[in-house]
Amino acid sequence: MNQPQEALLPAPPEISPESAGMPDAATKPRVLYSRSEAHESAHLHVSGSATYVDDMPELAGTLHAAIGMSAKAHARILAIDFTEVQAMPGVVGVLQAGDIPGSNDCGPILHDDPILADGVVKFVGQPMFAVVATSQEAARRAARKARVEYEELPAVLDIRAAKAAGELVVPPLVLVRGSPEEKLASAPHVLRGTWSVGGQEQFYLEGQISYAVPREDGCMQLWCSTQHPTEMQHLVAHCLQLASNQVVVEIRRMGGGFGGKESQSGIFACIAALAARRFGRPVKLRPDRDDDMMITGKRHDFVYDYAVGFDDTGRILAAKVEMAARAGFSTDLTPPVITRAVCHFDNAYYLGDADIRAFGCRTHTQSNTAFRGFGGPQGAIMMEYIIDSIARQLGMDALAVRRINFYGTTERNVTPYLQVVRDNIIGEMVDELVATSDYHARRAAIARFNAGSPVLKKGLALTPVKFGISFNVPHFNQAGALVHVYTDGSVLVSHGGTEMGQGLNTKVAQVVAHTLGVPLAQVRASAADTSKVANTSATAASTGSDLNGKAAEDAARQIRARLAAFAAPLLGGAAEDAARVRFADGAVALHGAQGACSLPFADVVAQAYLARVQLWSDGFYATPGLHWDARTLTGNPFYYYAYAAGVSEVLVDTLTGEWRLLRTDLLYDAGNSINPAIDIGQVEGGFIQGMGWLTSEELVWNREGRLTTHAPSTYKIPAIHDCPAEFRTRLFQRPNPQETVLRSKATGEPPLLLPFSVLMALRDAVSSVGGHRVQPPLRAPATPEAILDAVDAVRAGVTEAPGVTLHYERLA
Amino acid sequence: MTNPPIRLLLNAEPVEIHGLPVTTTLLAWLRGQRGLKGTKEGCAEGDCGACTVVVGALDATQGDALQLASVNACIQLLPTLDGKAVFTVEYLRALADGALHPVQKAMVEHHGSQCGFCTPGFVMSLWQLYERRPEDAPASPSSGGARCAGGCAGQQVCGPSAGQPGPQGQPPSRAEIASALTGNLCRCTGYRPILDAGEAMFAEPAVHLDRAAIRAALLALRQRRAAAALDYQAADAHCHLPRNLAQLLALRAQKPQATLVAGGTDVGLWVTKQFRELGDLIHTGAVAELQAMTTAADGGLRIGAAVSLNAAYAAIAGRYPELAELWERFASTPVRNAGTLGGNVANGSPIGDSMPPLIALGARVVLQSLRAERVLALEDFYLDYMKKDLAADEIVAAVEIPPRAQGLRFRTYKLSKRYDSDISAVCSAFALVLAPDGRIGAARIAFGGMAATPRRAAQAEAALRGRRWDEDALEQACAALAQDYRPLGDMRASAAYRQRAAANLLRRFYLETRQHAALPAEAVNVFADIADRTGLAGLANQA
Repeated sequence: MNQPQEALLPAPPEISPESAGMPDAATKPRVLYSRSEAHESAHLHVSGSATYVDDMPELAGTLHAAIGMSAKAHARILAIDFTEVQAMPGVVGVLQAGDIPGSNDCGPILHDDPILADGVVKFVGQPMFAVVATSQEAARRAARKARVEYEELPAVLDIRAAKAAGELVVPPLVLVRGSPEEKLASAPHVLRGTWSVGGQEQFYLEGQISYAVPREDGCMQLWCSTQHPTEMQHLVAHCLQLASNQVVVEIRRMGGGFGGKESQSGIFACIAALAARRFGRPVKLRPDRDDDMMITGKRHDFVYDYAVGFDDTGRILAAKVEMAARAGFSTDLTPPVITRAVCHFDNAYYLGDADIRAFGCRTHTQSNTAFRGFGGPQGAIMMEYIIDSIARQLGMDALAVRRINFYGTTERNVTPYLQVVRDNIIGEMVDELVATSDYHARRAAIARFNAGSPVLKKGLALTPVKFGISFNVPHFNQAGALVHVYTDGSVLVSHGGTEMGQGLNTKVAQVVAHTLGVPLAQVRASAADTSKVANTSATAASTGSDLNGKAAEDAARQIRARLAAFAAPLLGGAAEDAARVRFADGAVALHGAQGACSLPFADVVAQAYLARVQLWSDGFYATPGLHWDARTLTGNPFYYYAYAAGVSEVLVDTLTGEWRLLRTDLLYDAGNSINPAIDIGQVEGGFIQGMGWLTSEELVWNREGRLTTHAPSTYKIPAIHDCPAEFRTRLFQRPNPQETVLRSKATGEPPLLLPFSVLMALRDAVSSVGGHRVQPPLRAPATPEAILDAVDAVRAGVTEAPGVTLHYERLA
Repeated sequence: MTNPPIRLLLNAEPVEIHGLPVTTTLLAWLRGQRGLKGTKEGCAEGDCGACTVVVGALDATQGDALQLASVNACIQLLPTLDGKAVFTVEYLRALADGALHPVQKAMVEHHGSQCGFCTPGFVMSLWQLYERRPEDAPASPSSGGARCAGGCAGQQVCGPSAGQPGPQGQPPSRAEIASALTGNLCRCTGYRPILDAGEAMFAEPAVHLDRAAIRAALLALRQRRAAAALDYQAADAHCHLPRNLAQLLALRAQKPQATLVAGGTDVGLWVTKQFRELGDLIHTGAVAELQAMTTAADGGLRIGAAVSLNAAYAAIAGRYPELAELWERFASTPVRNAGTLGGNVANGSPIGDSMPPLIALGARVVLQSLRAERVLALEDFYLDYMKKDLAADEIVAAVEIPPRAQGLRFRTYKLSKRYDSDISAVCSAFALVLAPDGRIGAARIAFGGMAATPRRAAQAEAALRGRRWDEDALEQACAALAQDYRPLGDMRASAAYRQRAAANLLRRFYLETRQHAALPAEAVNVFADIADRTGLAGLANQA
């Protein structure tokens, strides 16, 4: 269980790893737990020998499933003719909703998510049936041969239309603090507007996959690429009318998840298990990339209506926002996603009086789901856009407006949801980043550049991040672990978290190695397995290391305590000396009156076994101090906040809207980083991923509701040249004031908000076309087309506003 | 001999393949039949690079030198690899006696992998680059990477192709490393550590592929093959691999319904995504004559239809360095390694990136059949959407690019959402020939993405001809351009954006090429410093 931080922890290391020259002296280990160890699987990744689900040897008799998908956005299924399907070579059978013995549902919260459509389809791509055949190709070929007769129904494809029609998956969230209407009415300045930000496909490189194998007595074993093995276990159990103890789900690693394998792996797990049960044979379901993208939900796109009142200094007096999110056809995780959007609308700013509302709008499209940041980015970016607009309205540098609105440390430190911000370091971090990035000098240089450059314009922006760490639902904030010490001294740790590339297993192994004082190479992390650690939470909400690291540490400490009690007499001490036995460098030692006495860890373990000392232990952790009232949207939902700031400089072509990121400086609050290299990897990777969301990644549905960007040929995530030539990332390493594992902080999601600096820098560059006197209506994703639209709108605005200096008159 | 096998080297071991369908992809074979699971499927359309492998082939035009090229295994049809050497990620540790290869070691030490799924593909793309180690480089007249300066003696054009060594004594620059990785997507790292690894891999003690042994093994494979076209047969379909032009033309005449496969970078998708029934296949890649780059009758370049896009572009860019950026942005390195110029031209997609520059340069397409040879202006080859002036028994044999005209002002610009490996929303090429008196002589403007075919902007051209190249002429041409095209809107861009941006690209062209106060690329193009424009600078100096 939860234990206080150890008093004997070594002093935190002074580490300031820079992107440039990571593995040099700056990151050389001082203590074991804060060390840029390679990812535990890196040697396997590079060799092609890291095993993903599709790489496992298939059992003899394995069948393959493929999904038949709806071609209509909203329709009644009148009939499906499977004659041609059945006649295709290799086909073993077809499964439909009626073949499901248990509940036809894979919804994580509400039960409105059919595994296979039953009578009505609600988006183009919705699974209607599954074809099972002797090979994946045979199943895929056959699935296309079904003849479906539909009766089309009216489809809602637009967020605003759904909102206007009251088509909501849950009642609206309403958070009102103070008297925002009165404050707006009396504010010296008011800005009102609408805005929008697009959705985002997770684009995990390894697609969804499940491999189900029937076991004796009706049991089912699954290997499933999922962030949430326990939920897969529950869904499969409900689908097949089994008890949880009859279903085992295991996952060694995923080829990326990013939220897309939190709830949405369920449909694939359930269909594979259903087919395995029906045909009594192992069944693998690996959808093709296009099918995966057509079926699964994405990051919610948002539309906003906002109003903000502020004074002459740019200080916000009141803010009002209605955020409408595209839920898609079902509820899925929309309620917690929009809750997080509500709780991150403030980002790092004290808003004064506030009226924050969120709507989960039901549309006939894929059911949107978790994606790194989980609504937080969509909430916070609206505020950054507002701040940027305030600055332009007042003719101030946006940085000054940001600073004047930062949360205070002793006052102005209560969030709209009434959590007190106690650990605020954003001002200090921004000061540091302003200095290290040479912000002010570059701002001046950019003004000079733009004055002399008729076509290309530069822009610069610094944006902060404050991100709440913990699941917004308190009971998810728990974790279990199992640590085995074998008689040769080697250690195996199982925990409830899943490895999807984020380095969780590496960090947990480092924590266990540190706790037991053994070399990291002696510790192995096993696959996540519902039969080893039960009732796990999704590996999500950036909590993987915080929760599972603590649980594993708890288990390791229990073993260590037993070993210490056993070893004290061996090391020449008395029983009460157990507390002074030290575990370090692969040895167990006691400094007694006669000097130090030390034994190799493996020897102590071997002897302890003979003495019948338990060498394995479970561990458990529950994050303390959390509470949340989902009705009033108030409480203390976050154990702590992670902070960050980024500065980006861009170059924009005002003729075409093309742009390039020239330089980015990032500063991230990682607490006492357990592994600086892994944390920097999360920061940089999250930054680039978020930049993709805000720039090149555009989801386009056509008028029939068909997603037309369903493969990497049409959906463009960042590629190698999108990495800026100057990319300077540093960790702000100050121990977490909260007692997190080794005083570290989470790094999973907050970095995704750092590329707000890119979008705001783009807006700054576009703004220069109108002498910074016209608000550029730049939508996100800021594709070249969106940027050119904004440039042209600014030009038009300038023309309409006499007296404004026009920097772009003719072609120079 | 009935039903001969496909023979290739897999990780340096000879393998014979019988009985697999002719459309079996290399990836399906590696993973399904050979148990080589290191090569991953991420998209099955050649866009993510998780399946990247390296293919070695003997280059008959370079004295049978071994050329190594990264390709996407997911869209390579297995029979097209007959006579070649395939290397997968599993081979690298074998090369390093079981230890990590320097490429792999650098990736580990620089934290270049997170989820690891894309990693084998990155490793193989880096390995191809690694195998052009500086110390391997023969004395080369080119500078600044794989670029031919143009002054080739004799008939054979020295267009260095992918896999050729860079400048002697220097490891690849960060820019060259990035160029090698344009076909590999990573969703985790943000790429910086992978670029670091690419730089660091040369610092490790060298581990070499035994090129001589691979070359000898490939020569041995060639010894065993028959003089006749290979007729690989499985499940009632044939894949023919003719060895010379006569065999190819005979087969084409005999089987007009068969699917011609060159690099397979599009045909592969017909298989993996559309399950099209392709019938018999005829692969052009083994036809010796189609590999040649020679001098055309007018002194221009004649590029055989089976020359890879990378090699073809290198040769063209030797004469027209203005193509540097478009070359780098055309699909990705592995697609350009596999794809052919002839295939791109013959496919004739309205969004193919070869056609606008070729049309603007006045390129001709050479069509051959047993009956005759025809030479068409390239723009006349395209009749309508995906319809070509190509008889059932004809093949595209070569593309001819005329020599550089005196006074030529030429630029190509591509617009897409992403710099790397993206299909153009608009691809444009502008070629003006300015007479000594400053008037516009010839004007050739061609666009992709603006119509059902790659097409010239006749009215804009007419607005320019005979005029001085000034702002009035420009604006009249921009107005005319709006009449030339009625583009569609799609997921890449709206019709309105295409229309506006097309005119603005003409404006950019003007700013770059006007006679007074022309702006350098750096002043009008945000990507100016990415692509290697050393050749362009040289041309500017000459002017």
